Amino acid sequence: MTGTLTPVATEALEIEGLAVEVDGTRILDGVDLRVPRGEVHALMGPNGSGKSTLAYTVLGHPKYRVVAGDCRWGGISLLAQTPDERARRGLFLSLQYPTAIPGVSVVNFLRAALKAHGRDLPARELLMTLRRELEALKMDSAFLSRYINDGFSGGEKKRMEIVQLAVLRPALAILDETDSGLDVDALRTVAEGVNRVRGADMGILIITHYQRILDYVTPDRVHVMAAGRVIASGGRELVDRIEREGYDRLLQAAGLEPSRLEGAGSAASA
Amino acid sequence: MAVAAKDLTKDYQFGFNDGEVYVFKAAKGLSREVVADISRRKSEPAWMLAYRLKALEHFQRRPLPTWGADLSELDFDDIYYYVRPAEEQGRTWDEVPAAIKQTFDRLGIPEAERKYLAGVSAQYESEVVYHSINKDLERQGVIFCDCDTGLREHEDIFRQYFGTVVPPNDNKFAALNSSVWSGGSFVYVPKGVRVEIPLQAYFRINSESMGQFERTLIIAEEGSFVHYVEGCTAPTYSRDSLHSAVVEIIAQPGAHVRYTTIQNWSTNVYNLVTKRAIAKAGATVQWVDGNLGSKVTAKYPSIYLMGEGAHGEILSVAFAGDGQHQDAGGKCIHVAPNTTSTIVSKSVSKGTGRTSYRGHLKVHPRAHGVRSTVRCDALLLDESARSDTYPYMDIEADDVEIGHEATVSKVGDEQLFYLGSRGISEQEATAMVVNGFIEPFTKELPMEYAVELNRLIALQMEGSVG
Repeated sequence: MTGTLTPVATEALEIEGLAVEVDGTRILDGVDLRVPRGEVHALMGPNGSGKSTLAYTVLGHPKYRVVAGDCRWGGISLLAQTPDERARRGLFLSLQYPTAIPGVSVVNFLRAALKAHGRDLPARELLMTLRRELEALKMDSAFLSRYINDGFSGGEKKRMEIVQLAVLRPALAILDETDSGLDVDALRTVAEGVNRVRGADMGILIITHYQRILDYVTPDRVHVMAAGRVIASGGRELVDRIEREGYDRLLQAAGLEPSRLEGAGSAASA
Repeated sequence: MAVAAKDLTKDYQFGFNDGEVYVFKAAKGLSREVVADISRRKSEPAWMLAYRLKALEHFQRRPLPTWGADLSELDFDDIYYYVRPAEEQGRTWDEVPAAIKQTFDRLGIPEAERKYLAGVSAQYESEVVYHSINKDLERQGVIFCDCDTGLREHEDIFRQYFGTVVPPNDNKFAALNSSVWSGGSFVYVPKGVRVEIPLQAYFRINSESMGQFERTLIIAEEGSFVHYVEGCTAPTYSRDSLHSAVVEIIAQPGAHVRYTTIQNWSTNVYNLVTKRAIAKAGATVQWVDGNLGSKVTAKYPSIYLMGEGAHGEILSVAFAGDGQHQDAGGKCIHVAPNTTSTIVSKSVSKGTGRTSYRGHLKVHPRAHGVRSTVRCDALLLDESARSDTYPYMDIEADDVEIGHEATVSKVGDEQLFYLGSRGISEQEATAMVVNGFIEPFTKELPMEYAVELNRLIALQMEGSVG
């Protein structure tokens, strides 16, 4: 299973035996996961199971220390690369809590991001693109001159992440609980935004507690994470099963003690 | 003091020098003879010589201030107090000596003049070597010249105001400037005249161990408006240079004066400047003060709000890199009722750089209805960087509204990660966060200066990571 054996044609995010520590505490404990370009995968699991840690680790946040395993894109390990190098190779993360950068306008932020991706659009084209994508997410074009995420509501931040996704068109996007905190209309808008960009060029990993975003964005594969590992994988039917039964059965089948996991069992009913 | 010049020039693009370019250079050090010689060479009236000599006595009597930045390495005997670069002042760039013209070309001054300035003054060492003003403004009675010419050709106005805002005994460096001043700008805007396009002065030091002591006097008559912009650079040397200016502004009733500084001295320059304005009834004075570079800067632009309804704004940015100390801030002195002021200070410290905000807000007992807000924000880029605030407040009236807010933040891992996750390198991301941080300042600048400032900050950030 070395990089040279991976066929170049099927670009994929390949995570193998990934173990990660934060401040000396083991959070991920041997994650295996494969998300090929062109497919939409859902990653579900109770609170504290390590889903967000996985997202941050794939993008290379310095707080997350990889102690074992590997994480590759297109057959080449990402681990030695900085977040910006990973992003320029085509990775994208929609953050659960997007960061505000006071004084940096949305338009300047996206201009710099596009430029970093080798797409230095002329001003007119840039503005037209941004206006179009804002409109698709039902956001006023006045957002262009606002400081990125500064004073935005939770829902506005999430929609702005999807605007960025649509503008940057990554090869692999991880959406970390993009659905959390959204009312039903905003959720539908965000889901439509994701459906608009999904296609053969993009792999998408949707991280979520709940099935509801998956009612709008149909995943090709579904994975369940608990205690820092992927404990089950399957098709769309796995979502329905979690909806019916909660996570407890899956946890028990994996030999885990449900009561010890914060939020376990209540996820499906929320 | 003897830091290798090579290290100093690393991130500084203006560190070149022109070799020896002068027609007269006084001996090093300061004495009555040096002062008298400066005055004689300028053919000044007797009162100015007497003024200079009295100021020299103040300077020699006053101890070195110890309350602020460390000045103990400053060697007053190792400074040239007067260097005359050329015989005549040019009215066209062709009249300026070629080597000097080439330097100002490299600094982009003639180009800026063609594009967006109403008048330009270029000082090289001790004297203004080039000067121009828009003919329309001249016809409206606007005077814009160097201070020596102001004294020579407009002595009545000059003498009425000179030294009235910053007296020679105000502080040690005001005394020094008052004894050896040379060059600078004299600006007079007649009643009701609005100078809509900025006037710019550019100050360049060329020699090693140079002392530059320009003097600026701005008088805005009733209901007039003027925006004055100054920029400054110097070559990088292993020996220290000294820049000690005095700026006096008089804003008559209803006048509006905006004074913008983008200083970018090399890191061997002590920059010890006294800037003060008087705002009469209903007048507005704005100091927009950008401090990059220098070894030590001590500068606290002040506004005395002397007439009812006067308004003052001080907006300052300081950027301290390795080994630099920016001791900056502002003072608003509310003497009259219903006066308002705002002080916003933004400081950035990188490496072993140190910034201090030193502010003074004073409200006199009879100044009722005063409103003032003071806000100072510091951004630290490294663990070794340092920032302090010394916000003195002295409120003697009851009926006032005073707001004060201070924050210290670090460029966060989360911000860098977020920008990184969008493909933006750590270096560029840091520059973006810094530029965002000082955006309240840059948005007050004419666009060309804002672009230039962002570029300068990006240069300062180079090599700051990894």
